[in-house]
Amino acid sequence: MKKSIVAIAVMSIGLGAAHAQEVVKLGSAAPLTGTISHLGKDLENGSRMAVDAVNAQGGADIGGKKVKFQLVGEDDQADPRTGTTVAQRLVDAGVKGVIGHLNSGTSIPASRIYDQGGVPQISPASTNPKLTQQNFKGVFRTIANDVQQGGALGTFAVKTLGATKVAIIDDRTAYGQGLADETDKAVKAAGAQVVAREFTTDKATDFNAILTKIRATNPDVIFFGGMDAQAGPMLRQLKQLGINAKFLTGDGGCSPEMIKLAGDAINSTTYCSMAGLPLDKMPGGAKFRADYKARFNGEVQLYAPYAYDAAMAIIKAMEKAGSVEPAKYLPELKKISFDGVTGNVSFDDKGDIKEGAVTMYQFKDGTWVAL
Amino acid sequence: METLIQQLINGLVIGSVYALIALGYTMVYGILGLINFAHGDVLMVGALTALQTMMFLMGVAPGMSPIAMLTIALMVAIPVSMTIGFLMERLAYRRLRNAPRLAPLITAIGMSFLLQTLAMIIWGRNYHTFPQLISTTPLEPIAGVFITPVQVVIILASAAIMIGLSLLVTRTKIGRAMRATAENHRVASLMGVDTNAVIAFTFVVGAALAAVAGVMYASNYGIAHYGMGFMPGLKAFTAAVLGGIGNLGGAMLGGIVLGLVESFGAGYIEHMTFGFLNSSYQDIFAFIILGLVLIFKPTGLLGERVSDRA
Repeated sequence: MKKSIVAIAVMSIGLGAAHAQEVVKLGSAAPLTGTISHLGKDLENGSRMAVDAVNAQGGADIGGKKVKFQLVGEDDQADPRTGTTVAQRLVDAGVKGVIGHLNSGTSIPASRIYDQGGVPQISPASTNPKLTQQNFKGVFRTIANDVQQGGALGTFAVKTLGATKVAIIDDRTAYGQGLADETDKAVKAAGAQVVAREFTTDKATDFNAILTKIRATNPDVIFFGGMDAQAGPMLRQLKQLGINAKFLTGDGGCSPEMIKLAGDAINSTTYCSMAGLPLDKMPGGAKFRADYKARFNGEVQLYAPYAYDAAMAIIKAMEKAGSVEPAKYLPELKKISFDGVTGNVSFDDKGDIKEGAVTMYQFKDGTWVAL
Repeated sequence: METLIQQLINGLVIGSVYALIALGYTMVYGILGLINFAHGDVLMVGALTALQTMMFLMGVAPGMSPIAMLTIALMVAIPVSMTIGFLMERLAYRRLRNAPRLAPLITAIGMSFLLQTLAMIIWGRNYHTFPQLISTTPLEPIAGVFITPVQVVIILASAAIMIGLSLLVTRTKIGRAMRATAENHRVASLMGVDTNAVIAFTFVVGAALAAVAGVMYASNYGIAHYGMGFMPGLKAFTAAVLGGIGNLGGAMLGGIVLGLVESFGAGYIEHMTFGFLNSSYQDIFAFIILGLVLIFKPTGLLGERVSDRA
């Protein structure tokens, strides 16, 4: 009984919309409160800019009609449970596509809800490989995942830093271990040797024993897959043990916090990686920065360009399919290819971005400098 | 060879810190039969108080010499930790002295959470950089073995404190009162020993040792945060049991042995098991040793008192 009332209500909304100009809802989900709310708002702003840009031209040309878009923004608080609640709310609101979430921890559980609701989801920020490995049909991302990042790290260690012997440490978390495994593969593929593979935990502070063991293998580069809270002290202990190898870590250690925690042990032989490109190096970066500033009177934080491309990918797929219905436009989304702000946007068969960029950073003059 | 000696030094440094913390566990256990799980968190309070003091000093007197600054920070951190140790005993444990054994144990766990939460409210969730006032630049390596001044200080200071504590317990009047209370506190009180004061004194001394250990730990690793006391606390408790809980010499020996086992475990477990186990099992290795010792010598390496206490 309840269901049929909802169905009638939905139908009447649909009919009402058909008479006036058609407005299609897109969902945005990101943390808008809490410690990373600035990044979440940035993500939402990126999607909003895409929607505004399309609407400003009178809407998208879909199946011979002009269609305008409305962005429904939700706050997932970076919390997995709130994330699924918000996902359900978006599905119930009848959105035709979702741009979000930010954290892998919220994206992964939410993706199941979107899959059940038949709504395609593009995350502009979640990098955990698992997101696109769940065999859901409509899950994509516009940012490089940790597999791509690990590959780039391994290649960088061998090709750019010229390492022949690499030692790898990870903190046994899903993130750290995943990144270390991919780096390990890439190092071997590039023709160098992994001389030590050691392990710690995400709560440890003492690494002297494993570092001493590593010292005996005399590596050129030491890679750590983990967070800044461990990478900082680890760097200090490297120095205390007189190890001069270059130190390389992933995005977990690519933070201002890392610089603080490593103290005077950090120097120009310390490198880290981040998924994505710095704004200046994106093909459409300069224009995007100016437009963003004009619209929101602030600087781009991190994910706005990826969210912009994600929203554009959905709209372009709808145009190609001539329909706003997920079932119809999904095949087009899978094979989409266009030049976005961040570069070429096209997805592989899993839904990961094909040419996901990874940027390496080097510590210089008290900060991380993109290479 | 140099790797072997380096691992030995790694083990000695961390083992000395464990030993200092273990002394606090074992003294309280010896006298009350209570495992004070909040002991590790007293260490954390000591380290963070010292950090706060150093930050303050750097603000008002930037040119102060590092040694003076460290001394002042310790002079603040030790009394603060002592006060917490005293209050813990006075407000929580004393009321439960005749309660079933589980009650004070659960209270101790509660105390631990309470201290951590308070510290989180005061100092936040972030990791803090702890000023390394004693140099951490390694000394000139001897035969490829590196040791930093702060590590030398840790080993020497721990040894000095342990000798001092042994003298306190064996040679002084209050030490004799402590031993009497540990033997049987009802009889001791009949003999005119103020057992309440003795027990309070034990907590306060244990807390002071924890504060020193906390400052050493944070100085060595250069970081401090509200949860930093948990792991060393757990390890030190293990060390106390390993050496024979209730026995001062046992705690010292247990701490050093545990530090060495961890260090050599992480370094050589892969060779010893032909690649079957790796360094992610380093903690398990320490607990296997503990298990073996307890199977063949249930009272620990040096312990005698456990059986009639428990």
